[in-house]
Amino acid sequence: MANATNKSNSAVKSIENFFLFSTREYAIVYMLLGLFVFLSATAQNFLSLDNMVNVFRQSAIFGILAAGEFFVIISGMIDLSVSSTAALAGILFAMIIKAGGVEMTPLAILAGILAGLVVGIVNGLLVSKLRIPPFIATLGSYLYVRGIVYVSTNAYPIVSLDEGYNYLGRGFILGIPVPVIIMVLVFLFSIILSERKKLGRYFYAIGGNEEAAYLSGIDTVKIKTLAFTVCGLLSAIAGIILMSRLGSGQPNAAIGYEFEAIIAVVLGGVSFSGGKGKALNVFFGTIFVAMLVNGMTILNINPFVQQIIKGVVFIVAIWTDVVRNRTKK
Amino acid sequence: MNKQPILQIQNVSKQFPGVIALDHVTMQVASGEVHALVGENGAGKSTLIKVISGAYSKDEGTVLFDGLELDNPSPVDCINLGISTVHQELRLVEQLTVLENILLGSPKEISTLLGRLVDWKATRDQAAQLIESMGINIQPDALVGELSVAKKQIVEICKALSRNAKLVIMDEPSATLTEKELDVLFKIIRKLKQDGITVIYISHRLEEIFQIADRVTVMRDGKHIITDEVSSLDRKKLIAYMVGREIDNIFPDRTISTGNPLLDVKKLSIPGTLEDINFTLHEGEILGIAGLVGSGRTELARAIFGVDRKGSGEISIRGKTTTIRNIPDAIKNKMALIPEDRKLQGLILDLSVGMNISLVGIDQVLKNSLINSRLEKDVAEKHISLLKIQTPGWTQLIKFLSGGNQQKCVLAKWLVVDSDILIFDEPTRGIDVGAKQEVYRLLTNLASQGKGIIMISSELPEIMGISHRILVMNEGRITGEVDPKESTQEEIMHLATIQNQKSH
Repeated sequence: MANATNKSNSAVKSIENFFLFSTREYAIVYMLLGLFVFLSATAQNFLSLDNMVNVFRQSAIFGILAAGEFFVIISGMIDLSVSSTAALAGILFAMIIKAGGVEMTPLAILAGILAGLVVGIVNGLLVSKLRIPPFIATLGSYLYVRGIVYVSTNAYPIVSLDEGYNYLGRGFILGIPVPVIIMVLVFLFSIILSERKKLGRYFYAIGGNEEAAYLSGIDTVKIKTLAFTVCGLLSAIAGIILMSRLGSGQPNAAIGYEFEAIIAVVLGGVSFSGGKGKALNVFFGTIFVAMLVNGMTILNINPFVQQIIKGVVFIVAIWTDVVRNRTKK
Repeated sequence: MNKQPILQIQNVSKQFPGVIALDHVTMQVASGEVHALVGENGAGKSTLIKVISGAYSKDEGTVLFDGLELDNPSPVDCINLGISTVHQELRLVEQLTVLENILLGSPKEISTLLGRLVDWKATRDQAAQLIESMGINIQPDALVGELSVAKKQIVEICKALSRNAKLVIMDEPSATLTEKELDVLFKIIRKLKQDGITVIYISHRLEEIFQIADRVTVMRDGKHIITDEVSSLDRKKLIAYMVGREIDNIFPDRTISTGNPLLDVKKLSIPGTLEDINFTLHEGEILGIAGLVGSGRTELARAIFGVDRKGSGEISIRGKTTTIRNIPDAIKNKMALIPEDRKLQGLILDLSVGMNISLVGIDQVLKNSLINSRLEKDVAEKHISLLKIQTPGWTQLIKFLSGGNQQKCVLAKWLVVDSDILIFDEPTRGIDVGAKQEVYRLLTNLASQGKGIIMISSELPEIMGISHRILVMNEGRITGEVDPKESTQEEIMHLATIQNQKSH
């Protein structure tokens, strides 16, 4: 029996080592390749160009949310309010176009983004100034922001909008869906901000060791607030694209999207404890989640079962994070 | 005394990626002895005790405890077998009482209709008895968070004993203790020995080894170097074993003259913490600040550096009155703080050596407002060679460096912005003799360049060895200034402990 435990122990250990050393940073790349090969072999039409475009289009909205979440998580915090923020920005966008027609698009986008920035700043101040734990503060925001959406629409969808309303969600440029282009731009922005900008370095520093960052002269209150502000901005962009794609203003839109976003971030190897992780890998994490959902749909897996699988993937992703952080070697 | 070995370590090896932490270590600890374990940082002491206490698994070799072979046990297995560890970072629950902490995990239980419940009376009696046997006055109902570090350590020891420990491993218990508290700890260790309990004692302060240990084992580079009776060794020999060469004088020569006033602190007070602090730091001067833990030394450093804002008083730099409201203000005035706890306050462990070094002076590595890795590399490599930081490269994660090299990186961070006033809080805490010597040399070098240095330290030999002047603090006040060349450790201890006798 002792032998058996030893064996299973060593099996667990070699799995742990896999995540711990050799592939720490690139685990997601291997997982993505593995999933790709598996689905290519098993799911019919998975490899078709149409379907590939589909995967990317499906990933765009929560991918942009994941990029926002990424900045908050590397700073050692979490934002649960991204889906509500997205809905608020999107509904504002829909309301303005409903009132003023499609010519108002620039103003509508601006208003949506502004709303996202405000929610982000408020989240940031709740956490950094009032020192409310991020989980609790943004859980509150998740509720009240969605509440604002319901109050401002009476929970009725905003319908019969001008044709051009759909462009950001359904349009194409040179055959590439507009949401995909925006997502790629957002990830380019995220890579530059996290790896080449002073602000990004400060996010990592605070997420890694807030006290040391503070004693090195970093204004931690300001930087933490900015992490939420960036997240609010990207949530708003995601929300605007989502509403445009839905073709109407849906007060219920984006509910649950924070989970896909967080799963993508964690699958991308970003540590929940902060200070570690790469934006590019979050992009791969995003594609992984989209591919998984797409594959399950093609394989005709019952949507309820899909939910179970997503939950399991989420827990496994978190487990790998725990393994990576464990001190016992 | 029973001379049977209680612990036999045979050919134990442990490897981490890129490092051989333990290289076929063989040693024995005799039952009932106080066995000191010494070696520089990175010598493998911590890894060895982690293997013994079940925190790490070994790659090869055998460990026999009390005749029983331990095959990669869990920490809980080890505690049940009678191996307890008192860690340097104490693992007590601050919000619980002394009593609850001692019996956490092993309370007396009683069977009732509701199942097994904690029998508080029996538990309390046992804890009280343990505390009493220590001969120390600690209230079982006191909250652990309110105790001094020394008393917390005693609580840790009681906790170990409550689990019938046969072997107590103490990992640098003295690092945070004052001389007086150390006496109490030694008294307890002698008592443990009397009761037949074996103690493995790890310390960087060699004086202590000679006071308390029976035998000592020296490790270097993951290898066992020697185990011998303490009585047949002396300090110099011990150091030679540790570093592999002889070190004659660990303190460099003091720079002779000091220059113009650099920093003037007048009437600095923080209600309840600091009272009427006045002193001047000159260019080229190393000003030592001595005092017991809790005397306000760290608070003084933080107040000057703008960390805690509630103070009153006046600070001038080079004769000009300056307001320092926060840390960025202090940095603008070319001040630096190298804090007490490297890992908690000094380093971002998951970032690279280079990123840590450029953290304060990050503007210097920006080009078109983007971080330029070429510039960052230049800045990092310049300081790596300047301070002789041992690292495979500037992109190495800083957590993989030894304590001494990490400490140099914290200093490098401030040299990048050319700080003039450097405040060191316990700069040699937890680093080994060789690295200490280097830190002393660095401090002296910096002083000779005209920088002003404030060094807070609990180690009297070092503060007397390199300071030009020493301020002694007690209960938030400066109780005296001494010339290290003309005073003794006793005089400093006297100033550090005199009761409130402020003249009105």
